[in-house]
Amino acid sequence: MTLIDPGLAARVIERALRRGGDLAELYAEDRQSFSISLDDGRVERPGGGTERGASVRVVAGGASWFGHVDGLGEEALLTMAGSVAQAVRGEPRGCAPLGPARPAGTNPVSVRPETVAAARKADLLRALDERARSAGAEVAEVSVGYSEGRRIVEIFNSDGVAAADDRTRTRLSAQVVARREGRVETGSHTRGGHAGYELLESDPEEVAGSAARKALTALDAVDAPSGRLPVVVGNGFGGVLLHEAVGHGLEADAVQKGASVYAGKLGEQLAEPTVTAYDDGARTNEWGSDGVDDEGTPTRRTTVIEDGRLTSYLYDVVRARADGAASTGNGRRQSFRHLPVPRMTNTYFAPGEATPEELIGGVHRGLYAVSFGGGQVEPATGDFVFGVSEGYLIEGGKVTAPVRGATLVGNGLEALRAIDGIAGDLEIATGYCGKDGQTVPAGVGQPHVRIRELTVGGTG
Amino acid sequence: MAAVDIEAIARRGVDAALAAGAGEADAWCERSTSRRIRVYGGEVESLSDAGSRGLGLRAFIDGRSGYAYGTDLSDDGVRSVAEAARAAAAVADPDEYAGLAEDSGVTEVDGLASPSMAGWSNEDRVQLALEVERAARSRPGVTQVENAVYADSEGSAAIASSHGLSASYSATSAWAYASAFAGEGEDLMTGMGIGLGRDPGALDPEAIGHEAADRALDLVGARRTQSRRCPVILDAFVAASFAGFIGSMLSADAVQRGRSLFAEREGETVAGKAFVLSDDGRHPEGPSSAPFDGEGAATRRTPLIEDGRLAGFLYDARTARKAGRASTANAARESYRAPPTVGPTNLLLGAGDDTVEELVRQAGDGLYVTEVSGLHSGVNPVSGTFSVGATGRLVEGGELGAPVREMTIAGDLVEMLRDVRAVGSGPRWVPFGGSVKAAAVLIGEMAVSGS
Repeated sequence: MTLIDPGLAARVIERALRRGGDLAELYAEDRQSFSISLDDGRVERPGGGTERGASVRVVAGGASWFGHVDGLGEEALLTMAGSVAQAVRGEPRGCAPLGPARPAGTNPVSVRPETVAAARKADLLRALDERARSAGAEVAEVSVGYSEGRRIVEIFNSDGVAAADDRTRTRLSAQVVARREGRVETGSHTRGGHAGYELLESDPEEVAGSAARKALTALDAVDAPSGRLPVVVGNGFGGVLLHEAVGHGLEADAVQKGASVYAGKLGEQLAEPTVTAYDDGARTNEWGSDGVDDEGTPTRRTTVIEDGRLTSYLYDVVRARADGAASTGNGRRQSFRHLPVPRMTNTYFAPGEATPEELIGGVHRGLYAVSFGGGQVEPATGDFVFGVSEGYLIEGGKVTAPVRGATLVGNGLEALRAIDGIAGDLEIATGYCGKDGQTVPAGVGQPHVRIRELTVGGTG
Repeated sequence: MAAVDIEAIARRGVDAALAAGAGEADAWCERSTSRRIRVYGGEVESLSDAGSRGLGLRAFIDGRSGYAYGTDLSDDGVRSVAEAARAAAAVADPDEYAGLAEDSGVTEVDGLASPSMAGWSNEDRVQLALEVERAARSRPGVTQVENAVYADSEGSAAIASSHGLSASYSATSAWAYASAFAGEGEDLMTGMGIGLGRDPGALDPEAIGHEAADRALDLVGARRTQSRRCPVILDAFVAASFAGFIGSMLSADAVQRGRSLFAEREGETVAGKAFVLSDDGRHPEGPSSAPFDGEGAATRRTPLIEDGRLAGFLYDARTARKAGRASTANAARESYRAPPTVGPTNLLLGAGDDTVEELVRQAGDGLYVTEVSGLHSGVNPVSGTFSVGATGRLVEGGELGAPVREMTIAGDLVEMLRDVRAVGSGPRWVPFGGSVKAAAVLIGEMAVSGS
């Protein structure tokens, strides 16, 4: 599917630059979605939709002027470009020659989700429900959800960028509530990728089985300890700690405003030499991957921490210009209705040499934080708090009782410095990341990581 | 596009859904114009000025319901949305309670759309944002104003249903906020200031900027503190966040699905008598006020917690039928992109007589919390146990003392509510946790964990 003829794109961009500006961009998008859920044994809320629209941005000095419209009609696009140009004061500029938008095509889809009958998706949800309920008599409530989305985007700019990307994401999630007498606990699990229905071919029911196991385990949980304790953070979703406490501080908009503890620290040793971390939007079929970012820059792997040293920030085009750097392919946006901002793609610690057992074996008394319910960080200070959704006590080098109600409270720089062990079992999980009122899919991941000491807030 | 046009499109959507084979249908059509201006260092960083529109359709057939939406509002576009909704419905399992709202209607709400919005140019709006930033920077000790944002929107929404309902309304809103930094390096602290109203003239840019600055300056030098059990004051921002969370737990949908700690507690004592909470979808100042809810029921005020007791839940048509109650007009529409869900409109936390200073005096020795983090991940909605990150100031000898950070406050939500001793005076609208009018809250004792 082609959205915009390059000739029209050039006319829109020239109209946008008719009163000056350093860069003008046309971003066109066709987005389709479908989702369906099952709750209390019943398939419900099937639905989806189609949206089509475009936005125009003119960058002039430090300012971005922006507008968007629904639909891709020539007249509407030209009118919008003219109205965005109203705010700019300067000499008219032209547009570099534009070819047809070139497809990035780096995340292959073998089974297009929209070709799978909706009834089959409903049956898949029923199978997950059954798997969760068969996990134990204490499973009280099960809800599962399936969603698919396709975004076809085309990006043209006055520097000659003409890029296209066809993005399909598929995701399956399960939440389970388990009850025993007065106790109620929840567990959840997801599987997702920048991929098609093939993602769900191999044992999709495991998503529900895993959520049920977490809820059932939590029924035996004791109150979490509190105080300063060593913490072993689980692989996969445990990486949300890196995402929140470090990653957001590496986004160049925060750095340039001094709104990040990592500002001015490039080249500094922030962690032990065993610690390396990446942001990688080019990992094939990973949840946070795209062929190009939302400014048409090809995605890539950026080493943000190398052997413990801070090596790079994450840039979009505007922030890269301000630093005389190149975009790292991190200019992302929720939709054509949003301005791009520097965002993480898939962010993770590189695997190390240890095994998870070795990391746990070295802890006399501590916390094993397997998964988080979510987290929040203040990038300006690096202060963070995370709710531990699945956690266990570590006693005498062994994982013992599950704990509930634990939170990790700390500071990103401090936590980085305190990493004293990294295992080899890298895994990446699916998350949604919110910033500036925009939500985008982001992959979070890591192998098992041990932190020498963190503040654990508990109920006990 | 005039309001009458979106009403016509909504009606056309309903007709197309019936023609596609739906037994019943309702349609929601909306259009809006919005602007968002971010300034930094005395200059515009970004300005967005844009319009949006779209249609969402629910189709019901034999108790099955499906949803579809789209932005193509031509006859063909509307027809394909209707066909998609009808096709989706076929996949759902039947639900005996599914269906349209039985009694629909319209409540008169004065002043939803401010006529003065039209008199503001984008240049005026930029000036307002710059004033917010200037006010924040003007306080000595402020090291940075990371964000100063002004935003507004003018929108109309229409609903139509196969029961013959057809109605629409227009509303305007404006808000601005700033986040300021004080201190440097690992000692840097942040503060947010915020204001909202129906038009830019309702905002006080200087107060917003000063609030951001003062909230940051008050925290400079914050350190960890010892763990303790002590009286805790939640300031209006934090009280609003908790009230928003409690409001979402009072949705009959969460209750009926066994996902609320308030399930089966109607009539029970769940709070101290000082904690009075209601939902009011027709409050004249309410940011979420409207004449009707997301499925066309006339908005009203619903008592939630009164005299310490759980007075009731929030219902849409479906959950009301299931419970054998009447809808409280709490079918919430986030946008045309999703079918309505059950949720609060404007939550009102009843204010008391004591100023914040008096609450601090009553607390004696304790903690004054100005920020919590991780509320949604830190609360178990079913059991009510929670543990959240907190920042604020110590209360010592009845006075505000040194700032403290990296604490967690933990406990059981209902126990906390029962231990509410007082709600302060001077309630204000806060857009955290939805749309909440709240004042500071004094709690008898909570577990505070520090170093």
